[in-house]
Formats: sequence, C-alpha cells, structure tokens
Amino acid sequence: MGNNFKNKRLFTLLIWIVIIATIIAAPSLLPSFRLNLLGRYLSLAIVALGVDLIWGFTGLLSLGQGIFFALGGYCAAMFLQLNSAAGFPNGIPEFFGLYGVQNLPFFWEPFKSPIFTLLAIWLIPSLVAGILGFLVFRNRIKGVYFSILTQAALLVFFNFFNGQQRLINGTNGLKTDVTKLFGQMVGSDSMQSIFFWITSLLVILAWFFTRWVVSDRFGKILIGIRDDEPRVRFTGYNTTLFKTIVFSIAGGLAGVSGALYTVQSGIVSPQFMTVPFSIEMVIWVAVGGRGTLLGAILGAVMINYAKSLVSEVLPASWMFIQGGLFILVVTCLPEGILGWLQGNGPRNLLARLGLTRPITTYPSLKEKDKDEVIL
Amino acid sequence: MQLILESLFNGVAIGSVLLIAALGLAIVFGLMGVINLAHGELMMLGAYSTYVTQLVFKTPLLQPFYNCYVIVSLIVAFLVAGIVGILLERSIIRRLYGNPLETLLATWGVSLILQQFVRSVPLAYASGFIITILIGLILPLIIPKKVHHHSRAYVVKAGVWGISVLFGLLSANWLATSISRIGRASARNVDVTAPMWMRGGFDFLGITFPVTRLVIIIITIISVFSVTWFLNQSVWGMRIRAVTQNREMSECLGIATNKVDVLTFGIGSGLAGVAGVAVSLLGSVGPNVGGSYIVGCFMVVVLGGVGNLLGTIIASFSIGIMTDLIGAGRLISIWPDMPTPLASTVDFFATTSMARVLIFALIVVFLQFRPSGLFPQKGRMVEN
Repeated sequence: MGNNFKNKRLFTLLIWIVIIATIIAAPSLLPSFRLNLLGRYLSLAIVALGVDLIWGFTGLLSLGQGIFFALGGYCAAMFLQLNSAAGFPNGIPEFFGLYGVQNLPFFWEPFKSPIFTLLAIWLIPSLVAGILGFLVFRNRIKGVYFSILTQAALLVFFNFFNGQQRLINGTNGLKTDVTKLFGQMVGSDSMQSIFFWITSLLVILAWFFTRWVVSDRFGKILIGIRDDEPRVRFTGYNTTLFKTIVFSIAGGLAGVSGALYTVQSGIVSPQFMTVPFSIEMVIWVAVGGRGTLLGAILGAVMINYAKSLVSEVLPASWMFIQGGLFILVVTCLPEGILGWLQGNGPRNLLARLGLTRPITTYPSLKEKDKDEVIL
Repeated sequence: MQLILESLFNGVAIGSVLLIAALGLAIVFGLMGVINLAHGELMMLGAYSTYVTQLVFKTPLLQPFYNCYVIVSLIVAFLVAGIVGILLERSIIRRLYGNPLETLLATWGVSLILQQFVRSVPLAYASGFIITILIGLILPLIIPKKVHHHSRAYVVKAGVWGISVLFGLLSANWLATSISRIGRASARNVDVTAPMWMRGGFDFLGITFPVTRLVIIIITIISVFSVTWFLNQSVWGMRIRAVTQNREMSECLGIATNKVDVLTFGIGSGLAGVAGVAVSLLGSVGPNVGGSYIVGCFMVVVLGGVGNLLGTIIASFSIGIMTDLIGAGRLISIWPDMPTPLASTVDFFATTSMARVLIFALIVVFLQFRPSGLFPQKGRMVEN
C-alpha cells in the first residue's frame, strides 16, 4: 500500500514537471498563434477544475457551467469595451449606435471601474451559481433532475443574451481583440503573451485552491455527499449548504476561466452558452479522470488541442472521434485516463497480455484503494 | 371568443409537437430511467426518413400514391428510429443501466456521431444499412422454428445476414441511382414538401386552421392513445410496467427482462421517429433539428412528473398554450387597457425565444413548490 502511494506521489510530481516545463518552454517554442491556442485551452482547464469539484467530488453533474463561463467573459468584455469607448459617439461602445441606443444601460455603469470588474469576474458568476444552486438543492432536486434543470437554465440564459441586442449586442457578442488595455491592443501579440502567463499562473493557483478545498474535512463531506447523501444528512450535516457552496465555487472558477478565455479568443458571445459546449466541459473531466484534479487540467488541454489539430486536417471526422471518445470513456474507462494510470490499470493491462501476474487482493482492500483520492 | 379559440388552437398545436416529441422520452426516461440525449437525433432520423420516403414516392412506380406518403412515412420513421434505438440499447445502454448520468454522457456521444453520420454518409446508403438490419431482424421470425433448432443453426444465421446484406446493398444501389439527390452526402438542410391535401387551411367558425397542424394533432392523439393502450392493456405492456416496478421480482416470475428492455427502448425511440415526421412537416430538416427540441422535451417530462403519461400530456399542452400566450403577445390583445408597466413587461417577453426564457424560469419556480412535478410518484421510498 505504502509503496503504491509513494508511486502515485511520484507520478503526480512527474506530471507537474511536464506541465510546468511546457508552460515555460511554450512561449519560446510555439508560434504566437499556437501559443494563443494553448493559452485558451489552459484557461478552459480552470472551468474543468470547477466541474471536477462539483461532479468528480460531489457527484453533481451540471450541464450549465457555460452560464457562469459566459458571465465571466461578459464581465471582462464589458469592461474592455467601456475602457476603449472614449472615441465613439456619446462615449459608449460602438455597437450601441447600430440599435440607436443613446444612454448606457444601467448595469454597464459599474464596469467602468477595473477593480469592480476584477471582483465581478468571479463574484457575479459565483453569486448566480449560489442562488441557482440554493433554489435547486433546497428542494433536494438531484441526480439527473439537477442536470436537466441546469441545462434548462443554460437555455434560459442563452435565449436571454441572444435576444437582447440593445443591452449586450445579442447574438453578435462583444468583441475584445480590438479594445485597448493600458494603451495596447488586447489582440496584439505582446498582450496575448502576457495573458498566457496570467492564465498559466491562475491555472496553478486554481489547482492549489481546489486541492485545498477538497483536502480537508470539507472535501470528505463532499465525497460523502457523492457516495451516500442521505447518510451524510442523517449524520447531521446540512448537505444543501455544502452543495451550494461547492456549486458557487465552481461557478466562480468558471467565471475566471471565461474571462481569460474571452480576452484570448477576442470575443464573448452567447455561443459560450450553447448546450454542446457545456457538455464538452464534463467530457474533458471524464476523459482526464473525475475526482483527480490534475486529470481535469490534462483532459481540458489535451482534448482541445487534439480537437484543433484534427479539425485542421480532417474537419468532418472530429465529431466522430469526439462521440466515440465519449462512449469509450463512459463504457470502458469510467475512471478516466489519469484514474486508470493511477489505479491498477496499466498493471492489469500487462497482466491481460500475459506479461505479469494479475494482482489478487481482498475485495475489501480493493474498495479502500478505490476510495483513496489522489490529488 | 375568436381570439381565445385561435390562441387555444395555436397552443394545442405547439403543445402537440412537444407532446409527441416528449412521449418517447417519457417512456425511456420515465420507465427505464435512461437519459437519452440522442432522442433529438432519433427525431432527426425520423425526419430524414420522411424525406427519403417522400422521394421514393416521387419515383414513377409509386407516383400515383404520392398523396399518402405521409402515412407510410410514419411507419418507416417508427421502424428506422426504433431499429437505431435497439442497436443503441444493445450496444451501449445495456451496460449502463442504473447509472443515469453515465447514460447521459454516452448518449450525447451517440448524438454527435449520428449528427455527423447524416452529414457525411449519403442517405441512400444509410437507408440500405437500415434495410439490412431490418431484414436481418425480421427473417429469423419468419423462418420456421425447425430450421432454427437444427444442429447447424449458425449456417442459418449466416445465411440470414448474407441475404439481408445483399438486399441492403441492392436497395442502396437502387436508391442511389434512381434518386440522385440522396446518392451523395450533403450537410445541407432538406425540405419535405407536404402533399396537396395538407396544404392550405381548414375554415371553422371564421378562423383558418392550417391542415398540417391538424394532421400533427391527429398523429399525436393516435400515438398517445396507442401508447396508453399498449402499456395498460397488452401483455407486453404489463410486463414493461412490472419490470419498471420491480426488476428482480419480475425476473423471478419468468419475465424476460432483457427482451422487455429492448422493447421499451425500441418503442420509445420509434416514437421519437414519429415525432420526427411531425417536425419535418413544420420546417426544413437538418442534422441539428433534434437539438432544438431535446431540452424542451426533458422539461415537459420533469414538469409532468416522471413516469406519468397524464402528467406529460398536461405539461406539454400547458407549455404550448403558455408559449403562444406569451410569445405572440396575445395577453395585450386579450386585455388591451393593461397598465403601462405591465404592458411593457409583456411586450419584452413577446418573442418566441423570450417566451421560452420566461416559461423555463416559471417551470423552475414551479418545481420549488412541487419538486417532483405535477403528478409525483406516490408512496414512501427511501431516497436514492
């Protein structure tokens, strides 16, 4: 057992060395286009960490993380639009002119302040998530009903943002790449490489944060909720509160991720709130390994990178590959890649090929092994 | 009066599309506990099979019967979607019973594959594939039992599949050559043209009701009645309900639960196909046509109470009527001198998409008071 544990530690360390080496080496090795893509995918890793927190640890499958992702993106984009709106008529962003809007809608006002924006990027999504979560969890709506409700909520937000041209430019979204920050174009290469560094830093911070969240008693309760919620409740814990808190943390992470993604992709639009995108987030975690925070990061970056590479060569085949990957992971590899590697996967595979002896152990020991969460 | 009648009709029309789409889901989700996110794509397959049927009926041989292609396409769509559903159940969902969240993810993968499938495989060959499987499944039922129990049953099996592959290939080839439009793969949306008798309107009390809408309402009524009859009166329906209530006990009493699973899922999927026919009559058919219905369907099922057909029916009609009342801004025409702030609020929500926003929000609020829908399952059960 102890030996196994040490191995896993070593393994995790190894992955971290690879990740950090990639982050340090990438800016000098990759052309700016690829670097930008890598930065975007790293920012998606943050939302994946949130999904892992609520799904992998707490067992809440949210199909509406796109709401919080897009909200964060909109917060950042609104600030950037206002920041560079000085030259336009009425001193408000250009697109308002298209719809004949003269005055800034009231909710845009606070986004003139950079400090408010920095707070809003994570605070607004987590508040929205908290309220939504509280309303749902209070009634003990859970399992698939929770998933369906979050998906419906996603659709509500999508339709709302998509239809309101006069408030937030509707389906066209808000562009950020032609806006200015500190006198520089946000879309310029130098700015983008700064954003890459910020993203990398925040991914590591988010990992430490989520690890801290799950490492203590709090994390044990989350896992308890996932495995047997009534039991946790009968023991005297208020599971609604715990679920609401963790859902709102995930919302905040999604918001940060959305803001970083927006400044790097150059636009935020209601497309961030479409159903497929939110389900994809879940898949990154499923492929990487749910309940292993590192798996979420790896899954998000690897799948997205694969997606862009495959789409460049064979645009039509990505849907097949992605669909097949879903089915394969769910049916054959429920613990995800990292979970498989950290568990006895490789040894079992070798054993099946006849290269080593299969591990025989007592079922109870096996159960213990499964429950041990590797961070 | 006229206004109310018209509004009611529109609401019922919207509701009946929702109901026919949600009916299959209510069976699959309500009775089997499987979240089938590919339900929308099964509808899409039903819509495409309507399109193919229509084209087949345009060939010289079947031209005289063109007017009744819609009725034939109902059967075709049911079979196509049902077969794909059965394949899905046997290959993937069977492994995931009892894990609704996993079925959700796996069926999402299936839906992606199906979407891309209709984009990149010519419809003629897709039809050939379905025909192969259909014949392969039906032939063993026709062949006398004696042959089956012969010591060389595998030869018979191979022969059956050989024949069906041959038939499939031949029919695919025939379709591809005689109808050039489906001989090539295309990602474009296609249009199903309604036969003559379905165009135009039907005048009643000074209001014109579009005939297509009436046809959809009739299809929905027939499907609902046959499903109710099947589940409540037929032997297999009884078995399905027995397995839903207690799988182990049913198995002990000799019910072939495996067969019941296949049948239930097949019927649920087949109904999705029938819904696809209705959808194809309303607008153009594309690979993404199912995606726009799926969330609405789930809301209907959840609002109605899972596993309750009556709840599903009431939920879909009330959502339909609400959509029409809010989305078309009828509240203002019903009550013209509404106070201004209220009127501007009503006006704000008077588009289809904003009406959806409001209705979904209202459903979420409603679930605050009745967490398990209109008609919750009775009885005291431990959670989970």
